[in-house]
Amino acid sequence: MMRLRGICRDYPVGDQVVHALDHVDLNVEPGEYISIMGPSGSGKSTLLNVIGLLDRPNEGSYELAGNDVAELDDDALAALRQQQIGFIFQSFHLVSRMTALENVELPMLLAGQPMKARRERAADVLDRVGLGPRKSHRPDQLSGGERQRVAIARAMVMQPSVLLADEPTGNLDSRSGAEIIAIIEELNTQGLALLVVTHDLNLGNRAKRQIKMVDGKISADQMTAGAPT
Amino acid sequence: MKTADVLRLSGQSLRRYPLRSSMLLLAISIGVASVITLTSVGEGARRYISGEFADLGTNLLIMLPGRSDTAGAGLQGMLIGETGRDLTLDDSLAIARSPYVGRIAPLVIGGGAVSWRSRERESTVIGANAAFNEIQRWEMASGQFLPETDIDVLSPVCVIGSVVAEELFDSTPPVGEWVRIGETRCRVVGVLAQAGMTLFFDTDELIVVPVANAQQIFNTPSLFRILVEAASAEQMERARSDIIDIVTRRHQGIEDFTVITQDAILSTFDSIFGVVTAALAAIAGVSLIVAGVLIMNVMLVAVSQRTSEIGLLKALGASRRQILTLFLAEAISLSLLGGLLGYGIGEAASWALRTAYPIIDFEAPLWAALAGLGVAIVSGLVFGILPARRAARLDPVEALAK
Repeated sequence: MMRLRGICRDYPVGDQVVHALDHVDLNVEPGEYISIMGPSGSGKSTLLNVIGLLDRPNEGSYELAGNDVAELDDDALAALRQQQIGFIFQSFHLVSRMTALENVELPMLLAGQPMKARRERAADVLDRVGLGPRKSHRPDQLSGGERQRVAIARAMVMQPSVLLADEPTGNLDSRSGAEIIAIIEELNTQGLALLVVTHDLNLGNRAKRQIKMVDGKISADQMTAGAPT
Repeated sequence: MKTADVLRLSGQSLRRYPLRSSMLLLAISIGVASVITLTSVGEGARRYISGEFADLGTNLLIMLPGRSDTAGAGLQGMLIGETGRDLTLDDSLAIARSPYVGRIAPLVIGGGAVSWRSRERESTVIGANAAFNEIQRWEMASGQFLPETDIDVLSPVCVIGSVVAEELFDSTPPVGEWVRIGETRCRVVGVLAQAGMTLFFDTDELIVVPVANAQQIFNTPSLFRILVEAASAEQMERARSDIIDIVTRRHQGIEDFTVITQDAILSTFDSIFGVVTAALAAIAGVSLIVAGVLIMNVMLVAVSQRTSEIGLLKALGASRRQILTLFLAEAISLSLLGGLLGYGIGEAASWALRTAYPIIDFEAPLWAALAGLGVAIVSGLVFGILPARRAARLDPVEALAK
């Protein structure tokens, strides 16, 4: 489903160049559960951004669902991102003036879908993350765990093939974090590929495939039995 | 992205900062309202003055003493009243003999004290003749206008305006009473119906006496104006050149007077007021540009405040064009709403002016209303583009990190 070859991403910092990604190769198959771990500055977030089409590599080739990303212009990237990729972030990134339902609708709205279909689908997805009764709450009326559940619903509403999670439990207490993990792992068992970037060893060790990064390179990529379910 | 959604989203973000949005609306609406109000004042004044002249009839020539040599400065001569040799009653009599001339009304104007019994007031005194009212067409409240006589005949009669009648006579019917004007006495033969301000004088405060009597009262042989009606509209030019010939001959071959046609005055006034109206509109238009700069400023602030939201929209699959559209839509909705609000305020202000001064028809011309709205919307668009492009070009990774 995903094929990265020789991916490099350099940033100029002052008069130096930082190699955030240094010749990374990676294949991801549909429905995989992968954790990406490593110290700060190891390039794991940059890798997630490149995979999520938010960032373009300086070098290398990236193929996503049969598309050579290098050949796509900005609008085509946006469209591909819309169809294939769901994001969740450490800081949730909900739009504070919109209700939970409107936040979840947003990707469908950008895709030009009609209001009625959006309402139904968004309500349905919110039900599935257990937020059915709080649809019309605004983010500031929700707890952190609830906000992240809204974000998951928003990531899922377009039925992407991969969910990219950047420290999804970083801003949550352990109980809410565990709930969030349970939800995204449940989605993974239904066939969604899951890439989780984290500092948290307990979280990272749950993944069936664990990637470790150091200095922009993949230092380890191992399959495990995964977490007991 | 559907248009309805774009509008809903921009409405939502504008409502999020109600004070800021309403201040912007206010700025834009003041701009549009001032375009509409100021042009309605300019247009109203133009139509009022055109109307006053049109009332005088179309085949009217106005002769005034003094000559200004600059072409087209007849109006200036009329307003400043340059003097050369005076026009006299004998000049009028000579003009009256021209075959191309119909009615003729020599005029003298001055101020004088008018009294009846123990009451006295200052009034404008006009020396005129019966023909003057055929041109001016005043209505009579009672009695008649000055009787038909030769213009050089003295006759102790007068016609008074409604305010003069009221203040001197109270409830006594004025017609038939004798009043004193300066050193002379005359009998009131008629009272003018209330007509209010006209272009040259307040009709209600007038006293009209035969022109020969007025010359006696003011002790002068000269005339203020001679109104000459051509025998027909086709003979305007003939009449004009004929009376110029006649009076020039009488003034030893010097053309020391000016003859202007009503058309010339009308077009002069039209062009003056056209320029004044356009200037007023342009001044008001500047405030719209200022409002546009305000829009830009506020939209730039909005873009930097909502950087992470823009990053999020990109992560959710928004294209550059969609982000551009969203921010432009905000700027344009603001300017459109402000424009409509300003249109309402401007029309309301014109209505208030019309109500306060019913004799002047204050109404903004359509072009001004459209231009006001148009400039508001265009400035929203133009000044919205820079912030919207800045938003569209944000790097999503950096934007999300904010």
